[in-house]
Amino acid sequence: MTPLMVVLSITAVKDAIDDLKRHQSDDRVNNLPVLLLVNGKMKEDKWMNVQVGDIIKLENNQPVVADILLLSSSEPYSLTYIETADLDGETNLKVKQAISVTSDMEDRLELLSAFNGEVRCEAPNNKLDRFSGILTYKGKNYFLDHDKLLLRGCIIRNTDWCYGLVIYTGPDTKLMQNSGKSTVKRTQIDHLMNVLVLWIFLGLGIICFVLAVGHGIWQNKKGYHFQIFLPWEKYVSSSAVSAILIFWSYFIILNTMVPISLYVSVEIIRLGNSLYINWDRKMFYAPRNTPAQARTTTLNEELGQVKYVFSDKTGTLTQNIMIFNKCSINGKLYGDTYDKDGQRVTVSEKEKVDFSYNKLADPKFSFYDKTLVEAVKKGDHWVHLFFRSLSLCHTVMSEEKVEGMLVYQAQSPDEGALVTAARNFGFVFRSRTSETVIVVEMGKTRVYQLLTILDFNNVRKRMSVIVRTPEDRIMLFCKGADTIICELLHPSCSSLCDVTMEHLDDCASEGLRTLMVAYRELDEAFFQDWSKRHTEACLSLENRESRLSSVYEEVEKDLMLLGVTAIEDKLQDGVPETIIILKKAKIRLWVLTGDKQETAVNIAYSCNLFEDEMDEVFVVEGRDDETIRKELRTARNKMKPESLLDSDPINIYLTTKPELPFEIPEEVANGNYGLIIDGYSLAYALEGNLELELLRTACMCKGVICCRMTPLQKAQVVELMKRYKKVVTLAVGDGANDVSMIKAAHIGVGISGQEGLQAMLNSDFTFSQFQYLQRLLLVHGRWSYNRMCKFLSYFFYKNFTFTLVHFWYAFFNGFSAQTVYETWFITCYNLVYTSLPVLGMSLFDQDVNETWSLLFPELYEPGQHNLYFNKKEFVKCLMHGIYSSFVLFFVPMGTLYNAERNDGKDISDYQSFSLVVQTSLIWVVTIQIALKTTYWTMISHVVIWGSLGFYFCMSFLLYSDGLCLAFPDVFQFLAPEKKE
Amino acid sequence: MAMNYNAKDEVDGGPPCAPGGTAKTRRPDNTAFKQQRLPAWQPILTAGTVLPIFFIIGLIFIPIGIGIFVTSNNIREIEIDYTGTEPSSPCNKCLSPDVTPCICTINFTLEKSFEGNVFMYYGLSNFYQNHRRYVKSRDDSQLNGDSSALLNPSKECEPYRRNEDKPIAPCGAIANSMFNDTLELFLIGNDSYPVPITLKRKVLLGGQIKCEIQKSPGGDNLEERFKGTTKPVNWLNPVYVLDSDPDNNGFINEDFIVWMRTAALPTFRKLYRLIERKSDLHPTLPAGRYSLNITYNYPVHYFDGRKRMILSTISWMGGKNPFLGIAYIAVGSISFLLGVVLLVINHKYRNSSNTADITI
Repeated sequence: MTPLMVVLSITAVKDAIDDLKRHQSDDRVNNLPVLLLVNGKMKEDKWMNVQVGDIIKLENNQPVVADILLLSSSEPYSLTYIETADLDGETNLKVKQAISVTSDMEDRLELLSAFNGEVRCEAPNNKLDRFSGILTYKGKNYFLDHDKLLLRGCIIRNTDWCYGLVIYTGPDTKLMQNSGKSTVKRTQIDHLMNVLVLWIFLGLGIICFVLAVGHGIWQNKKGYHFQIFLPWEKYVSSSAVSAILIFWSYFIILNTMVPISLYVSVEIIRLGNSLYINWDRKMFYAPRNTPAQARTTTLNEELGQVKYVFSDKTGTLTQNIMIFNKCSINGKLYGDTYDKDGQRVTVSEKEKVDFSYNKLADPKFSFYDKTLVEAVKKGDHWVHLFFRSLSLCHTVMSEEKVEGMLVYQAQSPDEGALVTAARNFGFVFRSRTSETVIVVEMGKTRVYQLLTILDFNNVRKRMSVIVRTPEDRIMLFCKGADTIICELLHPSCSSLCDVTMEHLDDCASEGLRTLMVAYRELDEAFFQDWSKRHTEACLSLENRESRLSSVYEEVEKDLMLLGVTAIEDKLQDGVPETIIILKKAKIRLWVLTGDKQETAVNIAYSCNLFEDEMDEVFVVEGRDDETIRKELRTARNKMKPESLLDSDPINIYLTTKPELPFEIPEEVANGNYGLIIDGYSLAYALEGNLELELLRTACMCKGVICCRMTPLQKAQVVELMKRYKKVVTLAVGDGANDVSMIKAAHIGVGISGQEGLQAMLNSDFTFSQFQYLQRLLLVHGRWSYNRMCKFLSYFFYKNFTFTLVHFWYAFFNGFSAQTVYETWFITCYNLVYTSLPVLGMSLFDQDVNETWSLLFPELYEPGQHNLYFNKKEFVKCLMHGIYSSFVLFFVPMGTLYNAERNDGKDISDYQSFSLVVQTSLIWVVTIQIALKTTYWTMISHVVIWGSLGFYFCMSFLLYSDGLCLAFPDVFQFLAPEKKE
Repeated sequence: MAMNYNAKDEVDGGPPCAPGGTAKTRRPDNTAFKQQRLPAWQPILTAGTVLPIFFIIGLIFIPIGIGIFVTSNNIREIEIDYTGTEPSSPCNKCLSPDVTPCICTINFTLEKSFEGNVFMYYGLSNFYQNHRRYVKSRDDSQLNGDSSALLNPSKECEPYRRNEDKPIAPCGAIANSMFNDTLELFLIGNDSYPVPITLKRKVLLGGQIKCEIQKSPGGDNLEERFKGTTKPVNWLNPVYVLDSDPDNNGFINEDFIVWMRTAALPTFRKLYRLIERKSDLHPTLPAGRYSLNITYNYPVHYFDGRKRMILSTISWMGGKNPFLGIAYIAVGSISFLLGVVLLVINHKYRNSSNTADITI
């Protein structure tokens, strides 16, 4: 009973502390202040008191409390800028606009409090980019879509204030709907342990039954006649009754087979190994002063078994900082620096270009190639045009709170980097209105009239602006993906295009994100004509999108190539190295990102997820079931043609329509492949019956990229993997959009980056650099797994050995449930004599040290296949235990059978026998642990030999004269007649 | 054994924290314990370390085993079964409970003389002295002389706790079933007049501190001390008249003490008497014919038990026990054989798997 109470109370206390912490952090969030409109006045209240129908005021840089309908804001046309990093991981600003009836109310509280519209909307759902509702206000209906909705988790930017009507709160918000179910995570070992304990119980029942039957027979044949010396108890009427009683007696005696203390020890080991993670200096990130942290202490050994890593991109693999790195202008490549001998110079030796001539330059910007600055200073026409186009063709907003201190708010970090580059080279984008763009060109302020913006979308993959220059020329500036722009170039620049493409390939192979820049001068008449058509298209209600893009195409042609920009999305330190190591450890990495496909692919190459020598990278971007199925099957046909045949074992297996849960075995492709799939296709693949196709194809690839993912899709991918593959998954991310995936995966790792704490709070392990993942998995995970496995196999072994001796003894004592050992020994065996050595081993053992673990990532593989502890290993332990107990019983028995001492006294008495058996047992299990221990620290020595010594002290005490429990000279017979 | 003491140099995790930082650094302590860099001995088992161990074990165990085996075989031991279940046996008549007292005589011959001290044991088979309920059916505090326990024995003694409303002393099934045959040994000389052989008892436990001493409760007058108690049901005499020697009565009677120390296995022998060596010149028991006189009181045939009388000499390693020697020889041989097999395997595959000495 006592061990059970100890187990339960320790577990209870641990869970209580965990719950308390969770409550505290919940409380913190619940009690954040928010401005609520009550009775015509703004009143500060707590988040938790916000209800549907309330009108709340949000200010700049505040997070949005609930899903709210935007009513009005400080900006013109009631525009409101939000950042959705926590939702989809994109850090650019997005614009929301209120409908005009409500935006007229502005911040007049009396109007707002009198607002009595009625909103009918769809039930809460998890679709981030969809909302439909109808506002009925003053008898009129207004259609509401997701452009009017501010979602919880967004942050208000560039907007002084805005008012909103609360539509969904708490768990109904789209963020929470996306966060997935929170389940208690258990490790595979945990499950296995429970199954094994059940087995043991079953085995215990069988053994007890066998012994009870044995007792019944014995009682019938011998016990009945032995009654002259040992009468039956009064209540025992027949041998059957006696057998039933004996069944329970044996159940009690053999209960040590079911190791209750196992659970306590496992908790202690996991706690210890978690602390090691918290204490690891090599996972401490000094710039942010954050050590790694194990937030749950129950998943350690699973860290050593990870097979699939699902990673977010932005902020996890990359720093999310874009840097203008190179450019090619009019056929000349700038950005590389060479010394006198023509050798390329490494970054550390480079000297930064001096931008002091430009007062508006961004001091954080650095560039190393002086020739470009010289070209700018010389007034090279092409270079000037290039930077002019960069400073004009964008959608960046500028803020100038202090004179000369420009801050750019970019929809995408790439744009920000380009505009910043232009700014430093002397083409400073100063400010914009809806009609003009003001640029300071080499110190001179020039006002461009902004005629049209031909905005970016995924199909066009380019954006353009048409401006009227101060010289009254109409210019079109365009930037976009090289593949697209090349098609649109004027034939006259084909030779320049060839040179530029060479440069572009160079840059792309360095993992830089490239954009092509081009321009076109339009004549007035053409433009007027086009402008008319453009306006028509803008006003059309049907097919607006396609009509617009065809109008765009009319003007975006015959472009003159200017050059190429190359931007570096800086990877976090050590990411490529980490990914190489993870790959060597046979860990598959999937990048799940909400970001654009091009960006994701770029990063995949630069962080070594995809390699140039890959056989092929498949792209799945179908828009319906059939196309996607075809794409997936084509890919599979290439990787492993036989997997499409009907004779393939997996296909045969699948045609039998196995019941869930079933498992898809690992398939090996014939080469090194990659797969790219985007979110739209994924929606079909996940929701249709394509998921098995998807899984089988994707799992054969060395690297997989899923882009344009919603948070829930990320979780769905993880769930898919968990459902059909018996592997351990790990999700790593930093934003709130990763929360669902972090929760869904077996192990969730939060990168404590710049994107808030959501991911961290929901994760199991956190640290601040992706590169620490290799230490977490290959060092800590591997050790934890090995230790846990060693612990389990030894623990089961020692308990079987200990307990089964009783079984053998039963055959010699009339199955009377007599124990072999004396009571003290039984009490102390698990609690004192053998607990510390095994704990010591499972807290300190290292089969190889950390250097070797990282140097040979292949050492990680056994964990993925769970080779060190599984049912087979358990049976081995059982067999070993049976064998040991057999030897431990029969060798002393043979030795003491009819034996006399050298003074003639017989020594086959019960106490001598117990002492011999238990002493041998202690020796055997101690030697066993000594053999299992590979890393003998001082502590190992102390606990192992200490426990052994303690046993002898105890025995000496118990058997000495004073206690009068036995006769004195039994120690004389502790000869080494036992083996092993 | 390839060993390396693993105390590595401090390797720091990253650049040191910016000096003058206002916030306290949360960098974990750099202790060997926390960084899992405790100096440690990492033994690596290689062929060079394991093979010698196998051979050494073999070389040590086999001679020991042979020594023990030879010694054991040199020990003289004779067992006489006198249960009497066979109709031909002289003791067959005693199976019937009517004949009391029943004395039977078994003759036997010693082919070789027994030298040195000869010990006489009685042996019982199929007697479950290790049955759980039997083992606990005793009251240790009563045996220790506690007077309250004397008159009020522990419940464990049931059903031998009270008899006719009087507490039983000594109580319990163990005491009740005490072996009470009397064995006498005679040498039948040439003149066919049997010469009784002196069987000593007092020396058996003499010279040793009797830890489990069950001191007689009380002092001089034993009968007075045991007043108010009654003898165990099966006993012929109360506990204070077990022996003619007044010092060997009560709970310190040697036969009683020997009996109370329960056997571990259902076949066991217990020391009965000692036949002391007389001189170096004459063997203690010369070869010849002997007769064993048994006062047959103890019934075992009801439960198919056997009774034996054993005479045995003793060596440095105790009584006759071939098992131990064989076990040593077996373990030694297996170890040696394994060593040879592994040596061959190692020799054959040495070159292809010489991975134990990778260095960086």
